[in-house]
Amino acid sequence: MSAPGQDALPPARLPVSAVFTDAVVIARRNLLMILRTPQLLVFSTIQPVMFVLLFRYVFGGAIHVPGTNYANFLLPGVFVQTVVFGGTAAAVALASDLNAGIIDRFRSLPMARSAVLAGRTAADAVRNVFVIALMVIVGYAVGFRFEGGFVDAVGAMAIALLFGYTFSWFFALIGLLVRNPETAQVAGFVPLFPLVFASSIFVPTQSMPSWLRAFAEHQPISKVATAVRGLCLGTATTSEVVVALLWIVGMLIVFAPLATWRYRKG
Amino acid sequence: MTAAAPAVEVEGVAVAFGETKALDGVDLTVAPGTVQGLLGPNGAGKTTLVRVLATLLRHDAGSARVFGCDVVRDATRVRALIGLAGQYAAVDGTLTGRENLEMVGRLYRLRGPEAKRRAAEALERLGLTEAADRVVRGYSGGMRRRLDLGASLVGRPRLLILDEPTTGLDPQTRNDVWSFIRELVEGGTTVLLTTQYLDEADNLAGHIVVIDNGKVIANGTPRELKARMGSDVLELHLADAATLQRTADALRGIGSGEPSIDASDRRITLPVHQGAADLMSAVRRLDELGIVPSDLSLRQPSLDDVFLALTGHGTAVEEPEPAVTGRRPRRGAAT
Repeated sequence: MSAPGQDALPPARLPVSAVFTDAVVIARRNLLMILRTPQLLVFSTIQPVMFVLLFRYVFGGAIHVPGTNYANFLLPGVFVQTVVFGGTAAAVALASDLNAGIIDRFRSLPMARSAVLAGRTAADAVRNVFVIALMVIVGYAVGFRFEGGFVDAVGAMAIALLFGYTFSWFFALIGLLVRNPETAQVAGFVPLFPLVFASSIFVPTQSMPSWLRAFAEHQPISKVATAVRGLCLGTATTSEVVVALLWIVGMLIVFAPLATWRYRKG
Repeated sequence: MTAAAPAVEVEGVAVAFGETKALDGVDLTVAPGTVQGLLGPNGAGKTTLVRVLATLLRHDAGSARVFGCDVVRDATRVRALIGLAGQYAAVDGTLTGRENLEMVGRLYRLRGPEAKRRAAEALERLGLTEAADRVVRGYSGGMRRRLDLGASLVGRPRLLILDEPTTGLDPQTRNDVWSFIRELVEGGTTVLLTTQYLDEADNLAGHIVVIDNGKVIANGTPRELKARMGSDVLELHLADAATLQRTADALRGIGSGEPSIDASDRRITLPVHQGAADLMSAVRRLDELGIVPSDLSLRQPSLDDVFLALTGHGTAVEEPEPAVTGRRPRRGAAT
């Protein structure tokens, strides 16, 4: 392991492919971490399952939804809620890596600067695929059915996953800003609670007071939940899907560069 | 790169965290193939300088180059040239030792088989082969530190930057790390080493820079620094801290320099040239004043004496750290 020849300098720039290859290395590492802390995966999936059972059997009888049964109304909302809540793991993991000095190590290596976050969010997306698949199974057990065609069902899952992906970037930013794992956990939930509960995820917005309804109907989580629900039920309009996609792209354009900028800054 | 480019070339580097000047115009040149010791108490600015050289922190003024490559403008090259092992073992607890090193190898842009080979090589050299496929969470502190050192080596760095590599290690592991560093240097690697331990700098480093409060206060070989202390050092320990100042005043005029007080150890050191004669003068003065030291000795000067003479405090002094370090130890100004 002697030092290399003293004559040649390493290349001044990384190959263009570095972002991709480095992100794969980081994503693999993050997926291994998820697999080796199964208790984390178990508890983060128990939570949405409990939400399904709670709303389907405890509150569901008292909630009347127009045009379909409550299970069909609830589950698409839970798909969205699950990927959004699941994103807080990115904030916690990044804050832990910062504290452990692992981010310093990455930043001192000749790797692509955006790869750590790209790998982190990609690993979260892979995890979300499994969690969503599990929620579909749970949904079928409590009476949920895809009412639209196969393409609509795939579209619904894709929109939920894409939305989860944008939230991973948002939470990556939170984790890099607060820098402490415990704080990151709490800081992630603070903006989420009003967004998730003052939304059309669990209940139709018609019963809310008008001021709250105005917020609940126009905020991104409701817009995305509406599109996912429409696709699950086979009733989605083009404009519902377009609005959801615009929110997803818009949030990604804001949060991905912000998180990357924060990472570079160190 | 020209053959003449120093491994490290730092000119007038300054870094401020708000009001705190972590580095205040530091100059440093390290010749290739040597070990440079960077010595100073907690909060002196050692880690800040390391972070500047490792491209983790941007300096506010001055310039810093590694083998002629600017750490800001040519950061990618610098990162490929260096290996960094920090005070905190930055290894991933949920991965195995081997997975950690292979990951770092891949991020040094090595192909899969080469990353595997170098990881195995580093594990072997650091005596971690048996533990290689265990998850790092179960490693001891010393094993983690060795793995961290291994991670800094898989890229075969020309410049190895070690930030307090043996802090908190047991003596055996510390010796292992020392002999390992010596082997690397024999192989042509340049090493920049920060430490609070004078014996470590004395043992490993060919050149030493002492920094305190963000400034270089001494620069030279261990021998040169010690020569500043005269040929011998008279050392007194007192049972009662209250008599320190009075004793030091009494000793003024004896020997070849000013007496230095190390209050935390209740210790006074005095550089002397005529050992026996100066010792007898000191004893006579103390006897006149009725001062009885708990210990009195004449010995060879150590770097600790140099440090005490230069900074007015020993290396073990607990200093209030700059505000920025207290809350976020990883942020930069830790030492």
